[in-house]
Amino acid sequence: MSILGNRVLRREDPKFLTVGGTYVADLDLPGSLYLSFVRSSMAHARIAAVDVSGAQAMTGVIGVYTNEDLGLARLPAIMGMTNAAMTPTVLASEIVRYVGEPIVAIVAETREIAADAMERVVVEYDPLSVVIDPVEARKDEVLLFPQAGTNTAFALDFGGDESLFDDCEVVVEQDLTNQRVAPCPLEVRSVAGLMTGDGRLEFHASTQAPHGVRDTLASSLGIEPDMVHVVTPDVGGGFGAKASVYPEEIVVGWCAQRLGRPIRWTETRSESMLGLGHGRGQVQHVKIGGTRDGIVKAYRIEVLQDSGAYPGIGAVLPFMTRVMTSGPYKIPRAECASISVVTNSTPTTAYRGAGRPEATAAIERAMDLFAREIAMDPAELRRRNLIDKEEFPYTTPVETVYDIGDYHLALELALEVAGYDDLRSEQERRRASGDVRQLGIGLSCYVEITNGMPNGEFGAVEVRPDGKVIVRTGTSPHGQGHVTAWSMLVAEQMGIPIEDIEVIHGDTDIVPRGAGTMGSRSLQAGGAAVNQAAVDVVEKAKDLAADLLEADRDDIVLDKSSGRFHVVGTPALARSWADLAKAAVAKDGNPLFAEVDLASPGPTFPFGTHISVVEVDTETGKVTLLRHIAVDDAGKILNPLLAEGQVHGGIAQGVAQALLEEVVYDLDGNPLTSTLADYSFISAAELPSFETRFTETPTPVNALGAKGIGESGTIGATPAVHNAVCDAVAHLGVRHIDMPTTPMRVWGAIQEVGIAAGTATERR
Amino acid sequence: MQIDMTVNGTFESDDVEARTLLVHFLRDAVGLTGTNVGCDTSSCGACTVLLNGQSVKSCTVLAAQASGEQVTTIEGLARPTGEMHPVQRSFRECHGLQCGYCTPGMVMAVTSLLAENSEPTEEEIRIGLEGNLCRCTGYHNIVAAALAASVNPELRT
Amino acid sequence: MIPAKFDYVRAGSLDEAIALLVEHGDDAKLLAGGHSLLPLMKLRLAQPALLVDIGPLRELSYVKEENGYVALGALTRHHDIATSPVALAGSPVLAHVAGQIGDPQVRHRGTIGGSIAHGDPASDLPAVLLALGGTLVAQGPNGRREIDAKDFFLSFFEVALSPEEVLVEVRVPFAPGGQWGFEKLTKRAQDWAIVGAVAARTPTGVGVALINMGPVPLRSGAVEAAVASGASAAQAAELAAEGTAPLADFNGSVAYREQVARVLVRRALERAGV
Repeated sequence: MSILGNRVLRREDPKFLTVGGTYVADLDLPGSLYLSFVRSSMAHARIAAVDVSGAQAMTGVIGVYTNEDLGLARLPAIMGMTNAAMTPTVLASEIVRYVGEPIVAIVAETREIAADAMERVVVEYDPLSVVIDPVEARKDEVLLFPQAGTNTAFALDFGGDESLFDDCEVVVEQDLTNQRVAPCPLEVRSVAGLMTGDGRLEFHASTQAPHGVRDTLASSLGIEPDMVHVVTPDVGGGFGAKASVYPEEIVVGWCAQRLGRPIRWTETRSESMLGLGHGRGQVQHVKIGGTRDGIVKAYRIEVLQDSGAYPGIGAVLPFMTRVMTSGPYKIPRAECASISVVTNSTPTTAYRGAGRPEATAAIERAMDLFAREIAMDPAELRRRNLIDKEEFPYTTPVETVYDIGDYHLALELALEVAGYDDLRSEQERRRASGDVRQLGIGLSCYVEITNGMPNGEFGAVEVRPDGKVIVRTGTSPHGQGHVTAWSMLVAEQMGIPIEDIEVIHGDTDIVPRGAGTMGSRSLQAGGAAVNQAAVDVVEKAKDLAADLLEADRDDIVLDKSSGRFHVVGTPALARSWADLAKAAVAKDGNPLFAEVDLASPGPTFPFGTHISVVEVDTETGKVTLLRHIAVDDAGKILNPLLAEGQVHGGIAQGVAQALLEEVVYDLDGNPLTSTLADYSFISAAELPSFETRFTETPTPVNALGAKGIGESGTIGATPAVHNAVCDAVAHLGVRHIDMPTTPMRVWGAIQEVGIAAGTATERR
Repeated sequence: MQIDMTVNGTFESDDVEARTLLVHFLRDAVGLTGTNVGCDTSSCGACTVLLNGQSVKSCTVLAAQASGEQVTTIEGLARPTGEMHPVQRSFRECHGLQCGYCTPGMVMAVTSLLAENSEPTEEEIRIGLEGNLCRCTGYHNIVAAALAASVNPELRT
Repeated sequence: MIPAKFDYVRAGSLDEAIALLVEHGDDAKLLAGGHSLLPLMKLRLAQPALLVDIGPLRELSYVKEENGYVALGALTRHHDIATSPVALAGSPVLAHVAGQIGDPQVRHRGTIGGSIAHGDPASDLPAVLLALGGTLVAQGPNGRREIDAKDFFLSFFEVALSPEEVLVEVRVPFAPGGQWGFEKLTKRAQDWAIVGAVAARTPTGVGVALINMGPVPLRSGAVEAAVASGASAAQAAELAAEGTAPLADFNGSVAYREQVARVLVRRALERAGV
């Protein structure tokens, strides 16, 4: 009986549930010193003076460092793609460009002294003009980098076809904001560095990409990568924001090299809200056109991406937005162009979906607006435009090739689970009776790209002399359950119980290379690599068994139920994995193992339909999410328990963006949502239990038939909830409300319509 | 100042600064790192422990305030036999954790909630967990775990 | 996250606590449940030199009915009020609101005295006290005194206690079966109120008060007068914004808060049987 496809409980759990995980801050590193940072309180200023003498004089302060002390090169431009004149120094030097930018590093004997010493550093600023709104930044009036002469960090200059909408009977346009949010993993950034006896830097990091950390530290500190050993303990969430290396982490490495003791840095949450990369941050303009009977012919999205003060991954994510421009629809003509600008705010980075939620949110809102314009049911409009299952592989107008899908199946299943017709009836009833609490129903049909980067992945399987297995993977799980999932794959191939399979990840000495975990790539890249290594080990084992059993290689079978190899027809004469492992060593001194560097088989395109049901209190604008239905297709599902968990978590973050969460700055660039008390991190009380289903359309792209599932929940959920809120008050004349649809925004939208229609009094 | 308390049934004592938060006392002085710090505004609940059987945010209690009292952390929840507490077991069976960072606080909060309300509705559980934030699970399976534990007869033993 | 250094002393008695306040003046702050003070100290927005912990004075934790009042010791925790049979029967609105403060962990530690003495206009309990026409009892070096709730809240985080006084008791009318309504608008369940309204029938009429509509919790005199003269809930609620001075922020403009106040007051009045 196959273990694949089963709801196997996680092997990781007993530890987490009884003694808790071991995160960087939990590590026992005797003799540790503690690092704290003094950060800019100004959004844009020249640093006039920095007086560190008060901090230096404190008992227990070991060192106080500015950028000049570090002597390190500026950080490189992202993937060589962004404006090279906009790269940051490791610590701020001369100019600070966002509130929270680190200026001074303090190393002290205790965490408490490090915190106390921060207050003794005096920074004097000469304020400069601030630009927060990307629309303003685009005007290039207030420049963050005068030497660049512009605030534009990156641009995708596609489209501009003036005739795109020529044959469209109906054309609808809308401005949208896909607002800046904060990833907020429960564990903030946390690293520790120490020099080991062999002169190497041992670096413990809460990261999604240990090998990336190794390589970035090496190049920043001017040492060879093999002089850096990165160890990743348990990681308390990442969501994309821990997929890159932050300047503070480089400072930890620098201090470790010089101070002869372990250096630890764990930020506070308030620091994290300013210093950990933010997500999203697009101002969009969409235009959609088609026939009056609901065939969409053309679509354009123009993106203005907020990069924050220094362009990083966030600045280039419109590339991914563009890849998914036309969504799951067979729109014949579509364009996406983007400009990424810098603003005096926290740099933006990848955050669950990384460019694709923005694409889906835009086109799904456009579809609803188009449906409204032609007075068509939004589900029907989608039904008429979804790519048919026979049309795959499907090349979109932006040259993305979707692998396989059955988009109509997902739509119909979602409508059925939701009881769509009954919902519309209930909505009608409440509208007719003028109920204070109106019902809104929102749809989102999505397709997204996973494993979109060309990296392959490393996987290795080794059988120990006792017959147990060691698996090494280049992925870097932080909650996804790879230990369970990869051991399922290996157990399936080798007939060894999962309890006897150890999975190692995150240690760059033990795992020589890997791309880490992000972009929903791990199963199809990393799992596939481990799977292949297991397949290869089985083949090698058969060779050994043939020798031992003095039989033909082709007559050897592996009985997976017992994990024993025998000659076909004579099961009593068998050899165990332990026997073969010992035989391998006896033969040539090498263990029974296989290592695979699996080239990426290419991206895959999970898809689905989400339906959201909300209730809007039209007197206060408060929105309550009543139900959320999610039908997702990620190809062959390896472990439905884990896959559902990913969908649930994704939905919560998607709902959060639609209803609640927003990073807010005032016009002087002061952050107003810099603690978890002010930032509306969604809680259990705001959410219902979700109604989730999977359809399975296996992909031909990889051997597992699997697509990624990690970001689908978020991508599908946000537009469904957003559309539902707009739908709830559409009959009052409201056309659009920007996210997050906070009570005040919803109420304000209702008021505006009422005032315009003369049915409400504007109150002063 | 000298602080002592009973943690998971064991007497613990240490000389710490008055400003030492209970969560830091537990993690650093007692060495129980299961309880985590997730924020600095008493918002996230990752630090939840039981103080005299009631859930509290250990980041918002001074060690000095807990001196002389009984504290239970995640490490002290399992039965004396080592068998997991029904709430711990439910979390596993329902896949109520992913990265695990919120989990100790979440488990302690659910344990306290069920001690005060033995037959909670789903809504009561959700509102009862408003002080415990999770980013990974979307709460769906956490709520399922709490409901499952609430009907487990072993919870009363 | 780490508070500035301070000295800590556990008061062995109320008199000892008062003596310490007299001795140390502004350098000393009382510590009860700590859920108003410690969050401020962890962000270093408050840096008292001395904390006087009165939390262990459990003799100041009680809920009892006497002389037509429900008398609550200032150190009674929100959870204990919410589950107290005396409170549930004698002042159900108070018991209900205490059971909604923050989250369960906060309610296991926070005290009614600490919450009220903190003077935050966004807190729920002060408005309840105003609507009920409650009384505060303070003890200082010169003895005990009673302060009407309407005279207690002076300004933003400023209450009518001298630095040497300890709030020891809170009194609300004993009103079993009294109708009441409590409406709060928040973005998330655990958030402070954007706006809140409480309406409660007391022996003297219907008391109405607002949360977060000014620098202090506000009694809605205009609404109360309208109700007393026979207006309907809707009519009376139209006056809810009178005399208020809400601050605008990204959660609510002034116009929005005023309108929400009208809506919530109307709903609270309806629940209170108006």
